[in-house]
Amino acid sequence: MTDRPALVLRGLVKRFGDATAVAGVDLEVRKGEFLTLLGPSGSGKTTTLRMIAGFTSQTSGSIEIDGRDMSRVPPHERDVGMVFQNYALFPHMTAAQNVAFPLQMRRLGRNDIKRKVADALALVKLQYFGDRYPRQLSGGQQQRIALARAVVFEPRLLLMDEPLGALDKKLRETLQLEILRISRQLGATVVYVTHDQEEALVMSDRIAIMNQGTIEQLGDGADLYERPVSLFVADFIGESNILRGRFERTADGGWLVRAEWRWRVSARQADRHGLAHESAAALVVRPERLRIVGVETELDSHWNSVEAAVTEVLYLGSSRKVELALPDDRPAVVRQSIGEHDGDVRAGQRVRLSWRVDDAVLVADPSG
Amino acid sequence: MIDSWRHPRRLLLLAVGSLTVFFLVAPTLVIVPMSFTATESLTFPPEGFSVRWYSKMITDPQWTGGFANSALVALLTMVFSTVLGTLAALGIVRGRFPGRNSVYALILSPLIVPVIIIAIGMFSLYVRWKVTGSPVGLVLAHTALAVPFVIVNVGTSLRTMDRNLELAAMNLGANLSRTFLRITFPIILPGVVAGALFAFLTSWDEVVVSIFLTTTRFRTLPVEMWEQVRQAVDPTVAAVSTTLLVVTTTLLLLAFVVRRQAPLR
Repeated sequence: MTDRPALVLRGLVKRFGDATAVAGVDLEVRKGEFLTLLGPSGSGKTTTLRMIAGFTSQTSGSIEIDGRDMSRVPPHERDVGMVFQNYALFPHMTAAQNVAFPLQMRRLGRNDIKRKVADALALVKLQYFGDRYPRQLSGGQQQRIALARAVVFEPRLLLMDEPLGALDKKLRETLQLEILRISRQLGATVVYVTHDQEEALVMSDRIAIMNQGTIEQLGDGADLYERPVSLFVADFIGESNILRGRFERTADGGWLVRAEWRWRVSARQADRHGLAHESAAALVVRPERLRIVGVETELDSHWNSVEAAVTEVLYLGSSRKVELALPDDRPAVVRQSIGEHDGDVRAGQRVRLSWRVDDAVLVADPSG
Repeated sequence: MIDSWRHPRRLLLLAVGSLTVFFLVAPTLVIVPMSFTATESLTFPPEGFSVRWYSKMITDPQWTGGFANSALVALLTMVFSTVLGTLAALGIVRGRFPGRNSVYALILSPLIVPVIIIAIGMFSLYVRWKVTGSPVGLVLAHTALAVPFVIVNVGTSLRTMDRNLELAAMNLGANLSRTFLRITFPIILPGVVAGALFAFLTSWDEVVVSIFLTTTRFRTLPVEMWEQVRQAVDPTVAAVSTTLLVVTTTLLLLAFVVRRQAPLR
């Protein structure tokens, strides 16, 4: 066993005429890893997947699967499984015939095919549905069959293009766990595409956030949530409060300045991206890191604060969500666990929002 | 109630509709009783009842020959235009090449250009190529006329087919030809069959071009009928017409049934 990565993308670019869909993607996917490409529509994640599958050729850059360059390899010889959003089951074949198809293409013997199809159907818990045609199956069942068909030939790589996008929320959650179980059981290397961040967080070992054809940040869920490298990532993953201003560098960190407000920036945050003095920047604070305190509260130098007016208090069962308006009328949101909130707040009340200096993340503000 | 059949506007609609249907269908249906006439000439209303004209139709070599010729030409036309039209539809719908739309327009032109012009053009060329008065010339000509119907039918099937099915097949290890044989062709088959039936009917019905390209030695059924009606009005024509009507209607109904089953979902 070598530790060669299952998939390596280098400088992958795809242009359609004047439009650039993928603008230079570098990525290594480890064997057995579940990696998700997450991003809004048009971010290039599906195009990247289609290039890996060989459905469309790259404008430049390279794709290596198991150390083998795929540039000149047609899709039917790439040996990767793919699950489509709309299932793409062959309507004129039964579920079992669909699953048998890739094995027939590989010219396996009749008995081998029979056994492997039965195993694959059992894997997705549809062993009694082999004789049904796709139109006789529900959406969730169809997607299970599609999954069985994509893994039955033990591909080197499993690609999934928003496989749960057409299903309702409850079914989606069941199938997320199902896909995880199956991919772990098979030790499959998975590249998964979705625009649903919750899905990405639940399923992935690592997530690549894509934006405008490039990978904006690659990391596990905690990396992306706690340490976003850009305003885009901070905004895309989870809820966040964003305070924009000018960054003033000092010897031990710096300040973010906006009108009469000054917020302290820790030395660690200030050095993280090496933001220039006087550049446009933003502080990102997660809703659960904010505290609501009285307007007159004295705070020491470990804390930053901003004045705000409560606009709405929402009770959500396990937590309470407080919506506020900042002095410049931008919205802010605080999430409090029930039982540990700092006194009652009501709509209309003027308060001070405070957070520990270390709990805020400093990122560049490209719009500033 | 506005949707009551007694409402004046509804009655007017019913009247106009019935009249339209009457004028469309009556001339066709009038043939049927005329074919059972007992008299020697083609008259309406028919007098008496007899099937003698049907028995003449199936015994007279002039008519049986016409049937055989028409069937031969129509079957060959169907085979050639179905194969060519299906391949052309694949190229036009799936292909990406410059001038694709112009090629499409060119192939569909027999649908738009007046048939008499096509007939005169073909006649001038085929006389030079010495293929008039033979099945070869007619099959060539009818194939050109029928190919557009196949392309339109197969093209519709291809456009409504989910492209991902072909991608999935390739992804699962099928090369281009196996993808076509195992996936694409079975899925577009209803369109191909409908196209084939239309192609058969195009040739089976065709008179104008056939008049130019046939001779007394080789005549198709519609041409034979045309000649007969011009000379003597023998009720056998009505019997032949009725038979053709039944065949054509059956095939058309079949085409529609097949077409409606098209997207297997």
